[in-house]
This record gives sequence, C-alpha cells and structure tokens, in this order.
Amino acid sequence: MSTAAAPIGTPKTGTNPISPRLAGANPGDTGPAGTPRATPTPKTSTAWAHARYVLGENPVTLIAALLFAAYAAMALLGSAIAPFDPLASDTARALQAPTWRHLFGTDQLGRDILSRVIVAARVDIGIALASVALVFAAGGLAGLAAGFFGGWVDAVVGRIADTIMAFPLFILAMGIVAALGNTIPNIVLATAIVNFPLYARVARAETLTRRDAGFVDAARLSGHRDGALLLTQVLPNIMPIMVVQMSLTMGYAILNAAGLSFIGLGVRPPTAEWGIMVAEGASFIVSGEWWIALFPGATLMLAVFCFNLLGDGLRDIVDPRRRT
Amino acid sequence: MMLASHAVPAATPAPVLRVENLSVAFHTRGGLVRALDRVGFSVGAGQTMALVGESGSGKSVTAYAIMGLLEAAGRITGGRALLGDTDLVATPPKELARIRGRRVAMIFQNPRAALNPIRTVGKQIADVLLRHGGATRANAWDRAIEALRNVGIPDPARRAKAYPFELSGGMCQRVMIAIAVAARPELLIADEPTTGLDVTTQAVVMDLIQQMAAETGMATILITHDLALAAERAGRIAVMHAGHMVEDADTASLLSRPSHPYTARLIAATPTAAGSLDSLSSVPGGLPDLRRADIPHCRYAARCERRTDACDQIVEMRAHTPGHGVACWNPLTPMGQPAEGAPA
Amino acid sequence: MTALLELENVGKRFPVGRRRFFGGTPQPHVHAVDDVSLTVDRGETVGLVGESGCGKSTLVRLITRLLDVTTGKIWFDRRELAEVPARVFARDDDRAHIQMVFQDAGESINPRFTAANAIADPLRRLLGLRGEALTARVEEAALQCGLPSELLGRFPHQLSGGQRARVGIARAIGTRPRLLVLDEPTAALDVSVQVTVLKLLQRLKADLGLSYIFVSHDLNVVRLLCDRVVVMYLGRIVESGPAAEVFAAPLHPYTRSLVAAVPRLDGERVEAARLTGEPRSPIDPDPNACRFHGRCPVGVARCGTEMPPLRDFGGGRFAACHFAGQAGDRWDKVTST
Repeated sequence: MSTAAAPIGTPKTGTNPISPRLAGANPGDTGPAGTPRATPTPKTSTAWAHARYVLGENPVTLIAALLFAAYAAMALLGSAIAPFDPLASDTARALQAPTWRHLFGTDQLGRDILSRVIVAARVDIGIALASVALVFAAGGLAGLAAGFFGGWVDAVVGRIADTIMAFPLFILAMGIVAALGNTIPNIVLATAIVNFPLYARVARAETLTRRDAGFVDAARLSGHRDGALLLTQVLPNIMPIMVVQMSLTMGYAILNAAGLSFIGLGVRPPTAEWGIMVAEGASFIVSGEWWIALFPGATLMLAVFCFNLLGDGLRDIVDPRRRT
Repeated sequence: MMLASHAVPAATPAPVLRVENLSVAFHTRGGLVRALDRVGFSVGAGQTMALVGESGSGKSVTAYAIMGLLEAAGRITGGRALLGDTDLVATPPKELARIRGRRVAMIFQNPRAALNPIRTVGKQIADVLLRHGGATRANAWDRAIEALRNVGIPDPARRAKAYPFELSGGMCQRVMIAIAVAARPELLIADEPTTGLDVTTQAVVMDLIQQMAAETGMATILITHDLALAAERAGRIAVMHAGHMVEDADTASLLSRPSHPYTARLIAATPTAAGSLDSLSSVPGGLPDLRRADIPHCRYAARCERRTDACDQIVEMRAHTPGHGVACWNPLTPMGQPAEGAPA
Repeated sequence: MTALLELENVGKRFPVGRRRFFGGTPQPHVHAVDDVSLTVDRGETVGLVGESGCGKSTLVRLITRLLDVTTGKIWFDRRELAEVPARVFARDDDRAHIQMVFQDAGESINPRFTAANAIADPLRRLLGLRGEALTARVEEAALQCGLPSELLGRFPHQLSGGQRARVGIARAIGTRPRLLVLDEPTAALDVSVQVTVLKLLQRLKADLGLSYIFVSHDLNVVRLLCDRVVVMYLGRIVESGPAAEVFAAPLHPYTRSLVAAVPRLDGERVEAARLTGEPRSPIDPDPNACRFHGRCPVGVARCGTEMPPLRDFGGGRFAACHFAGQAGDRWDKVTST
C-alpha cells in the first residue's frame, strides 16, 4: 500500500463530500493520457462546456438553437410582440400582399398574417409540448418496465406498440380525434398515442442495454428492490437519450397537430393556428394570393426543421462517443 | 536523422519488418496527443517479437500505424516501417490495402466482432482465398475447408457452414487465424489475440499461431499486456511505456537482466508460479499526460526512482550488450558502447 | 474454525427455449450449477476457478443472493438463506453482511453517481445512515481503501482504473460485511496496479475480519490470495483443496490442464496435453457421465456411464475423477502424448 496513501488526511471542510461539485476542482492529475481511442476529456468539463463545444463544432445546431429561441419567444410572448390583434378583421384591408406595414400580408378578412403566425406559435407548440410530455411519461415508463422486467410486461407493451404501428399514424390520429371530439386535449392525446411506440421502443432498447450492467447488480446488493432500482438507477441513465427523442418528435408532433387542424379535425377557426391558416390560404393560391398559405406554411416547416436539427445536436451532446 | 533503432547485429538475415523512428500523434479536443515517439524495432522471418506494455503504452497504436489503420484523428508524424523494401508509411492507401491481407495480416482481441456476423465462416475464408490466396471459384470452398482443418477445427466441412455466433470465442479466433494466414503473409500482427479467452483456449490458440509461423516462416508481432505470455511465446520482447520503447532484448536476457527500471518494475509486479504477494511490488505512479507540450524527454522519469539530472536530456535507445537495447540514462546494468546516433 | 458459509447440494437450472404449448417433450434446462457443496470458514479465502461458462458466475450470484437456487441450501452463519427469495433479501438484515466487488469497477458504478454517492448508496439503503454519520462512514471506507477524499466527488469516468477499483471495494466494505465475494476484482486492471489492489484486499481481510470468495481465471493471482481453491467444470466442482497443493500437484485431469496452460514468467512450459475441443453442452447433460468426458485426456468408457463423485483424498483435498490419485502410469502415458 504505497501509492495514494499520503493525501488521505485532507482537512475536512464544511463541504459535504457527497456533493458532485467537488468533481471539477482539480483537473486530471491522475488520469493517464491513454490510448487514442479512450481520448481524454478535460476533467473539468461540465455539460455546459461540452454543449458549447458541440455548438462550435456544428454551426447547424447553433442555427437550430437560435431558431428555437425565436419560436420560444413567439410562444411565450405571443400577442405582446404581435403588431396587430390577430383576430381583428378589417375587410377594407383584405387580401393585401406583403407590405412594410403588413410584412406577411393580410388574409381574406383583412387580419394581419404576421400577428396570426406569431400568436399561433403558442397553440401549436403548446399542443406539441403537452403531447410530447404525456408520451414521454407514458411511453418512457412503459418501455422502461418492458425492457427491465421482460416477460409478460414486455409482451403487453410490445403488442400495444405494434397495434398502434399497424395503422397509418396520421389516419389513427384522425380517427381518435374524430371519435373523441376535436378539442385541444383530444388533439394532445391523439398526438401522444401515435408517438407512443417510438418512445416505448427507445426506452426499452436503452433499458435492455443497461439491465445487465454491473451497477444494477451493485444496486441490488445495496438493498434496492426492482421498482426503486428502475427509477433511481436505470431511469437517470436513459434520460439523456429520451430527451433527444423528445426533441426529435416535437417536430413531428407540431406537424401532426397542424395537420389535424388543416383537415378540420383540430383547432377551430377563428383561432390562429398554422394548419388552419394554410388550409384557409390554400384556396387563394390559384387566384394569386400566395402569401396567405406560404407564410404560415413556411413557419410550420421551419419549426419542424428546427426541432429535428436540435434533436440531432442534442444527440451529439449527450452521446459520449462524440466526446472526442 | 536520429536513429532510434538499436544495434541489431549485422549478421542477422534481413528483417521482414524494420520500423524506424515511428511517431504518431492524435488530434483531440484536449490537444495533440503524442501517442508514439520515435519507436524502432525489427523482426525477422520466423521470429516472434512481443510488444509489451500497460494500456496506453502505445503498443496497439504501433500496430495500427504499421497497418495504415489509424483512425482519422491519428497521423504518422515521422519515421518509416519497411516491409522488405516497401515503406508502409509512404505507401498510398490503395496500395496499402493490397498489402494488408496479402503480405501483412492482423488478428484482433475480439475475433467475433472482427468477423462478418451474417456470412458463414467458410464463405469468409473463401472470400479471402479468392482475393489474396490465388483460389479459383471452383476450389475456393474446398480450400476454405482445408484452411479450417489446418487451424485444428474439428469437422471442418460442417463448421464451414456455421455463422460466427454459433462458434465459441476460441473457434472464432482460429477462423481469424485461418483468414490471416490464407495468403501466406510475411508478417502476422496479433493484437492481444487471447485476451478474453480462457487460459486453456489461450494455450491452444497460441500454439496454433506458433505452428503457423513455423510452417510458413512468417514473422509474428505479438502485442500483449501479459509479460508472462510474452515470455513464454516470444523470442524477443520490446517493452513500451507511454509511447516510447524503453527496452528491447531477447526474452531470456530481458527477464534475467532487465536494464530499464520500468522493465524491472513490470517484472516485479507480474505474479509468478511461485512467490508470495509480499514479494510482488507495483509500479508507482501513472502514465504522464501525453497532451502536455512539455512532456519530459524520458516519459518514465516522473515514476522512476533512479532519476538523475541527466534524465532531462533526450534519451535514445542504446545497446548495452549486442542485441539488448535500452533507452535510459541510468540503467540497471552497466552500458556497453552507445549505439550510433547517441545524443551529444 | 467454524463455517461462515455452507452450501449444501446447491443447483441452479435455467429453462431454455420455448415451452411447448401442448406438452410433448419436457422443457430443456441449462444446468448452470449442479450439486455444489462447499464451505467457507471465518477468515478464510476460497478461490473459485474455471473457464467461462463453468457456472462460477451463477454460483456467485446464488451466494450473493441475487438469484434464487433451484435446489439445495445456503447456510450463512447458521441461518438458511436459500429459502428467502432474492427479491425479499434485498431488504434483509443479512444483505449488509454479504457483499461483492465486481469485475469491472467502471461498469459496476452507476455512471451518474459520484464516488461518494456510490459508496454511500448501500449505507443509506441498508444501514439507514444519513447526514453526518453517513459522510463519516463514507470517508472511513474510502480511507480504508486508500482513496483520497478529494477524489470522492468525481464520477467514474473521471477516475483511473485503480481508483475505480478502490471505489468498488470501498462500497462493498462500507456496510461491514462478513463475507465478501470478489468477482475478478483485478481483471480490468493493468499489472502495475493489480498488485496494489491485491495487497489492499489482503490487508482489509485481516483488518476487518472478512472472509473472501475470490473468483478468477488467473491462477497466478488465485494462488497469491487464496487458502483454498475450488475448481469448477460445467457446473460441478471437479477438485478442491489447499491452493498451494492443488496447483503443485493437481488430482483432476482438468485442473492439470488448467495449471499447465497458465503462461509462466520463467518461460518454462509445462508439457501437458492441451485441452482441445469444446465443453459439452450444459443443456440437460447426461447425469451418468462425467462432464469432462470427451475432452478429457484420460477418459475411458467408464467415464461415459458413471459420474465420478467428489472423493476425499485426505488433507482437505477432494477430486471428482475415477482415476485421481492412482499411480501415475495411466496419467503420464496419456498426458505425454
């Protein structure tokens, strides 16, 4: 016992040694600068520093993050930053092409499209967020249990996911909303249901790879029973990949909500909502009033684009294999 | 030019592989990792040379650099690797790909991962025989079965139709060996070929490698962390530490008269068939941070109990007896004549 | 000395494949552990060796009560534990007394736990320690394992292999167990740190009055640490006895091949028959045939029809071979070819 015996009697400070904050204190005096495959990461690296690094490496993620900030501002501030009342119609100004006053033009009732696009963000992103949160909890836990316990739990979760996957997902969402009535909670529910298989499968696969990890047995030896073990030991380990999944499906959830509204099964007019606006504008394209459908459509497209890119970027951030 | 290679007696036949001053660096987030620094050694036909060291010593990097298989972040920053008259470092990738498998072959630690999981092992051997072994479509399958028989797989005609997952780890490694020697290469690089296998299987696999080498006269580089395995199987052992080669000698000489303090420490740390735990001692300290720009010239100096002021100077491999090279300013055995190119 | 742990005819079978819906052929089983009896005395270190697939990992999981036995009894300090289901045992009082050090410390520490949290986890769950008392006990365990307290805030990936091994050991000794199962504790370590960890384990055993079950495939390491050694082959014990004697003069042909296959630093190779071929299938093996039959360099017809029992050869040595201990001619004749 020659090595490492000396510094044991370090003075006890007031800090609780169980706090992870101590970790960053002294950078790598011990880690051997090993083989190139086990490339050393700076010991001080926090998630934030790593995120900064990934953003610097990957400007596309940076663009996505900026876009996300813009959408978040639109959703949070809504009518406060909209130049006009999104519901105020003014037939005298109907169907005006984009001008400096109305950057996105006006629609058939003379409503300012820019204001409607901004205000709609809260509805669309809100629905998407609620449905993703719902499916994250339900699908994540189901997949976790399926992967961990296997057997009949796995069979039941698997069959449910298979059943959902057997339908064309959008048609299924339409069916659910049509059957339950087109209210916002039902749109949220329908969007969550069609996303369930994705979440259940990702959670199940991630759990499977950790179920037999040594730390699970170690936790059993530490007195954890299965339920506690699942929530306190396995769940935190699959969390990062689930968050990535959330971001990736956000885009799809937005599209789904807007799609439902587009075909008249979602939010009802006159509420400002991207899908409705595209639907309303569609009939004017032939007569040359392109802006009514284009701007809400482009906003919708950019939103989906933004969340997908953000998901990819997040994946790089949480994937330790990318930490080179 | 600095000559890092030690004095190999001129009388020995021309080596199959002669590595001179090979240096490799990896570009990482933490900075430039000087993973390999002026490594030199040579191995002759029919000989087995072991590269021994702890993880992070650069022994695998040496092999990957020679094979031109360094990952994207890695660059060979200097030196040569002469296979006969061909400098593998200067060979363009396309040509190098032709040399791999034909003149140089390699087997890996995890044989099952190195095999294609969805092709039968017979087909995989036949593929290699067609590409490198001069087989024809008509006889490739029969020759694949023959190759399996040669590596001691029982009932080869049946096993040829098996997929890798149906075979044990030891069997997979034999298949890898069959693939590796299919083209009768001049050089076989075995990177931890038996790590993860049971000792009984290890013995059989190592027997097989040696038998193949004896039959074909190929040179073998055995990369291992296990000094005992190297002692038993290799004629020569080169000890690596933190990207430097610190000692290179024939096995008996290295084990009985280790000259570098690290080699001596490594021997003292290796459990033997006799002796108690008290008789063993560990190697103090850890590897230096290879990202540092001011990496000491002797990368063992910080761990070394024989360190002197001289250790701050560039240290070269010198021969303290013919064929026994050591890179140390204060070796455990008295030095003979310094090799050519010793620093002023 | 009295026995701390006593296994009595312990067996574990796992069903394989699908059960036929309409009956028909009986469900096939893998016999992972078959009729194993062994004792571990207080203060003793018993080595468990054998190839991968020999059942030593399953046996370890049975002993640490992560897995329920199919047959047999496990006596721990005169209490029968096999009847306590593994699920329930997680909160049993004796849970704290049987702990384990895992093979790959890096993998056995939750990557999202700091070293301190990893060590604290069993103390919180099993001993209900909180606050100051917990901190004190964590630091004590770390100190005993030579782990500087400034490393306690680090995550596993921020520690070196040797430090992670110390965290794994500190976690295992924190609850003051009486029996510690060491599952290849140095397999993932470089030889340069291996000695330090082995010496640490030896010192802890003396200081804390522990008993060890030491699982390893590295016979040279087993020899260093173990008083007694148990050799397993395909789920059964084929030989057991004092470590030094078993390695010096193995009774069972399997042990003999195993010992001969270990590389030696002196470069001398023990010329013994190599073990070629593969072990038999562990699925419903013939109960009347020696498990080693077919791969054994000695094997005769009798070995295929009569399972050799574990016989007492005196001096604490046992072997399960019809020909063990016989005058060497049959042996040498076969093994020298």
